Amino acid sequence: MSPVERFQTAAGVAAAVATGERSARSVLDEHLARIDEREGEIHAFNHLLADEARARADEIDARIAAGEDVGPLAGVPVALKDNLCTRGIPTTCSSKILDGWRPPYDATVVTRLRDAGAVVIGKTNLDEFAMGSSTENSAFGATRNPLDTSRVPGGSSGGSAAAVAAGFAPISLGSDTGGSIRQPAALCGVVGAKPTYGRASRYGLIAFASSLDQIGPFARTVEDAALLMEVVGGHDPLDATSIPEPFPDLRGTLGRGVEGLRIGLVEELLGGEGGFQPEVQARTREAADALEAAGAKVDVVSVPASTYGLSAYYLIAPAEASSNLARFDGVRFGLRDERATMGETYDATRTAGFGAEVKRRIMLGTYALSSGYYDAYYGKAQRVRTMIIDDFDAAYERFDVLLSPSSPCVAFPLGDKTADPLTMYLNDVCTIPSSLAGHPAMSVPFGTGAEGLPVGIQVMAPALGEEQMFRVAAALEAAAPGGAR
Amino acid sequence: MTAPISRDDVAHVARLARLTLTDEELDTFTGQLASILDHAADVEALDLDDVAPTSHPYPLENVVRPDEVRPCLDRDEVLAEAPSAEDGMFRVPPVLGEAP
Amino acid sequence: MTATETSFTELPHGYRLVVGLEVHVELHTATKLFCGCPNQFGDDPNTNVCPVCLGLPGSMPVLNAQAMELAMRLGRALHCEVRPSVFARKNYFYPDMPKDYQVSQYDQPTNVDGHLDLPDGTRIGIERAHIEEDTGKSTHVGGANSSSKGRIHDAAYSLVDYNRCGVPLVEIVSRPDFRTAEQAKAYVNELRAILVATGVSDAKMEEGSLRVDANVSVHQPDTPFGTRCEIKNINSVRSLGRAIEYEALRQVDLLEAGERVIQQTRHWNEDEGRTHMLRSKEEAEDYRYFPEPDLVPMVPDPARIEAIDAALPRLPAERRAALAEAAGRTLPDESVTIVVDRGLDELALDAVAAGADADRTLTHLQHDLDPGHAANVPAAHLAQLVELETSGALTASQAKQVVAEMGETGKAPEAIAAERGFEAMDTSELEGIVDEAIAANGGAWEKYCAGEQKAQGAIVGHVMKATRGQADGKLVSQLLEQRRSA
Repeated sequence: MSPVERFQTAAGVAAAVATGERSARSVLDEHLARIDEREGEIHAFNHLLADEARARADEIDARIAAGEDVGPLAGVPVALKDNLCTRGIPTTCSSKILDGWRPPYDATVVTRLRDAGAVVIGKTNLDEFAMGSSTENSAFGATRNPLDTSRVPGGSSGGSAAAVAAGFAPISLGSDTGGSIRQPAALCGVVGAKPTYGRASRYGLIAFASSLDQIGPFARTVEDAALLMEVVGGHDPLDATSIPEPFPDLRGTLGRGVEGLRIGLVEELLGGEGGFQPEVQARTREAADALEAAGAKVDVVSVPASTYGLSAYYLIAPAEASSNLARFDGVRFGLRDERATMGETYDATRTAGFGAEVKRRIMLGTYALSSGYYDAYYGKAQRVRTMIIDDFDAAYERFDVLLSPSSPCVAFPLGDKTADPLTMYLNDVCTIPSSLAGHPAMSVPFGTGAEGLPVGIQVMAPALGEEQMFRVAAALEAAAPGGAR
Repeated sequence: MTAPISRDDVAHVARLARLTLTDEELDTFTGQLASILDHAADVEALDLDDVAPTSHPYPLENVVRPDEVRPCLDRDEVLAEAPSAEDGMFRVPPVLGEAP
Repeated sequence: MTATETSFTELPHGYRLVVGLEVHVELHTATKLFCGCPNQFGDDPNTNVCPVCLGLPGSMPVLNAQAMELAMRLGRALHCEVRPSVFARKNYFYPDMPKDYQVSQYDQPTNVDGHLDLPDGTRIGIERAHIEEDTGKSTHVGGANSSSKGRIHDAAYSLVDYNRCGVPLVEIVSRPDFRTAEQAKAYVNELRAILVATGVSDAKMEEGSLRVDANVSVHQPDTPFGTRCEIKNINSVRSLGRAIEYEALRQVDLLEAGERVIQQTRHWNEDEGRTHMLRSKEEAEDYRYFPEPDLVPMVPDPARIEAIDAALPRLPAERRAALAEAAGRTLPDESVTIVVDRGLDELALDAVAAGADADRTLTHLQHDLDPGHAANVPAAHLAQLVELETSGALTASQAKQVVAEMGETGKAPEAIAAERGFEAMDTSELEGIVDEAIAANGGAWEKYCAGEQKAQGAIVGHVMKATRGQADGKLVSQLLEQRRSA
C-alpha cells in the first residue's frame, strides 16, 4: 500500500474537518499515535508540540462548531522545519548556539498557516543551519529515513521530509537553498517543491544564504503540495525580495494535463560522466517517456553553464552564510560562553556553539569575501550565476519545463558520505542550478531504484512558472509506477 | 589563478570569523577548504569580465515601506532571552576598544 | 604640547594643512531605516526595538521610503548627482552592531560628486553622501580603577541599548578641500543650516544627530599630501577647530623631529585638549563588503528628482547671494551672512525693495529684531522705520529701540515713536547743547582741535547725557567738525 493510501491527505483532512465529518482533535490524535510509535527510531522532530497542538485542535473544533470558516487547512497537522521562527516556541536550527531560544515573533509563513486553520505539530530536525544533505549535521542527532532507518532521509530538511513520509503529518514546511527540499523529498519518496525565489516570504526563516533560500512544502501528493504552497505563498511587505505578483491558483491547473507542453531533459543533469546511479537515470528517461505518452513533446536540451553550478554555489552560499551567521555572537540571545572580554567571549561562544560543517562553510565564505579574493571567488561566482540564468533562459525559449533526476542516488546509509565534505556536496548537483537561477523546481516520486528505494524526478520551470511545473508534476504522479515502499 | 589556501590563510579567516581552531582542526580545515576551492577552479578559470554579476535572482527594484511606526517588542520578553541583562540593557563583558 | 584656543591660518615651518570631513547625519524620519520602530531620542533603553533592529535570527530589513527621499533631497541640496544605488554589508563584530554587519552603501552610493560653497566663497567638494544605519549605544560600567560610568578601557562590563540602532544616517564625505580649521568649522555650520532648511535632519551635535570625523594631514607646498589621521569623537564645532589644530601641530612636530606620521584613527579628548591613538589603520579591518541580498537596488526616477529639485527651499548660499546683490555688495559680508542665518533675509529683501536703505536695514535685522518676532514686522513697517531714521526724524539709538518694540508689539514705527516721545530734535536746539558741552569739556575740546579725533568722545557723551540719548550721534559729530574748522 502506498503512503498516500495509508495516510490521509491534507486536502482530505481539511474537507472532513471543515464539514464536521471528522474532528481536528481526532485527526491530531491519530498522527500523535503514529509519532508515538515511530519517532523514537526516526527522530524527525527537535520539539514535538503535542500539548500546544491538542489545545489548538480543540480550538479549531470549537470554531467549526460555532459555524466559523477556519480556512483551507482546517485541522491539518503541519510540521515546521526548525529554522522557522515560532513565537515562544524553541527555534534552534539544530544548533547548540540557539539551544533553548524562543523567538519573540512568528515567521510570516507560520502566521499564514495559523490563519489557514493548520495545527502546528512540531519543529523538525535539519542539518545545522540547513547546511548539509543528510540531516546528519544536527547538534541533536541524525534523522533516519522512515523507509529504511539505516539510511539518511536526505537534507537539510530531512526532518520535514521524514515526518511526511512516516505519516507524522500530511504536510510540512522545509527550506531549500541548494536542494534542501527536493533532495530529501526524493530520498523519502514524497513530493517537495521550491517556488520561484521571492514567492514565499523569508521573513522569520533563519537565513543560510539569503539570495538562495526559499521556503516550500513537503506532501505526499502534488495536490497537497499545491495547497500548502498557495497558503504560504504570495507577497509579504516584510520581505523586500518578495515578489509582488499575486500567487497563482495551482490546484486549479493540476487536472489540465500536459498535452502540447514542451519538456526538455537537461543533458548536463543526466549524469553522463558517472556518479549517477543507473536506476536513477533509467527512471528519469521513463518519466520523460511517460510524459510523452501523455501528450507532451520531449527532447534533450543543453544548459551548458549548469556544470559550473556546484562550484559557484559553494562560493556564494558560504559567503552569504558567513555574514548571516555573524549575529550568533552570545550578546542578545542563545548560547554565551562568557570570558573576561567581549572578544574572547565571541570566540569561545562561536567555537562552542557551531558544529564542524557550519564552521567549514563560515570559513570558506569568509575567505571568498576577503580582501584580495573577492573578485576571484565571490565576484566570479556571481557572474557564473548570470551565465546559468542566461543558459536557462535560452532553454526556456524552446521548452516549458525541464526535467532531471532530483538526486544522483537513492537514500544512502548513515555515515556513508560524512568523511569528505565534497562527496556530500555532490548530492546537490542536480538541484543547485535552478537554485542559483532563482527558478521554481520540485521533486516528484517516480518508481524505485537501488534496494527498492524511491527515486525523485525534478521538474524545473522558469521564474513564475509554478503553474506548468505543478501540471507536469501532477502528470508524473499519475504516471508513476506503483510499488514505492 | 590564486595560490592554494594556506594554513595561515585559514588561521586568518578563522580570526575574522571569530572562531578558535586547534592545530589539528587547522590542518583538517586547510585540507578540506583547499579541496573545495580546487573544485571551484573551473569557475575561477573562466573569463567573465563581460558578464554582469547577479546578486538577486529575481530582479526587483525600489522596494520600500511607508515611514509609519509599527509596534515594538516588549522589553521584558526580549531581555528574558538575553544571556545577561541589567537596567533594561544587554550586559556584555568589557569591550576593550572602540567600534571600527 | 597643548592645544591652544587661538586659531591660526598658517602652520609652523611652512607646512600646509589639508583636511577632509566625514559628517554623519541622522535623518529626520518617524521610523528607523529598515523597520517601523520610532526614530526617537531619549526613551528608556531597549524600548524602541523589534526583531529587525535587534538583528534577531530570521528578521529582514525593508527600506524606509522617507529615508530615501530625505537622502536624495540632501544630495540635491549639495548639488550631487543622484544615482542608482545598492546597499552592502560591512562585516565586523561589535556589540552595538547587532547583526555584526552594518548595512551601508559601498561602491554604489545614492549621491556622488557634489559641492558646498562656504560663506567666503570657498567651494568644498562632496565626494559622496550615502545612506547607512546607525549603531546602538554602549555604556561602559566602571571596573577596579574607576567607579564612574563611561570609560571604556578599565570598564568591568558594558551595557548595550539598541534604541538608536537602525536609525537612518547619511554620511557626507567631503573631498580634502579644507586648508584651515576655520573653513572646516564654517562648513559644518553651513551644512547644519542646509540640513535644517531642507528638513533633512535636526542636526544637533549635542544630541549626536550630527557627528563629525576629520581626516587631517600636513605637507609642504608642491609636495604630495601627507599621511592622514582620522580624528573621532568631536562633539562641537568649537572642538572641531581645536582638534584639527592640535592634530596638525602634532604632525608637524613629528615631521620636524624626523619621524613619520602613521595612518591611524585618533580620539579627540575634549577635557585634555588632545588626540590619542585608537588604532592603526595599517592593521585595517577586512570588512568583506558584499551586496546586501535582503535589499534590492534603488533606481531613482528622474521625475522624482525633478520634483525634489523643484521643492527644495532656497539654500543659505543662494539666499546670501540674493541679499548681497539687493544690498549692493559684490560678495556676502558678515551682516548678510548673519541676517540669512537669522532667517530674516526675506524681510530684508522686501524692506529694501520698498525703498529702505540697505545698510540700516541689515544693521537692524542683524542686531535689533528677535527672529522669533519677525512675523510681527511687515516689511512696510521696517521700511518706514528706516526712512524715519535716514530722514533724521529718529536717531540711530531711537530707531534701535523702536525696531525691538515693533517686534514685540507689531505696532507701526510712528506710533511707537510718538508713544515714547521720540521727536526729531531741532538742529538749533542741538547746537546750543553742543556749545554747552564744548564749554564744559575745555581740555577735550583743545585736544580735539589739535587733531586728536577720539577726544570728541567726552563731548559727544556730554551731549547724549543732556539729551537722554535722543541726539543723533552723526549730527553731533558734524556740528563738532563744523565748529573745529570754523
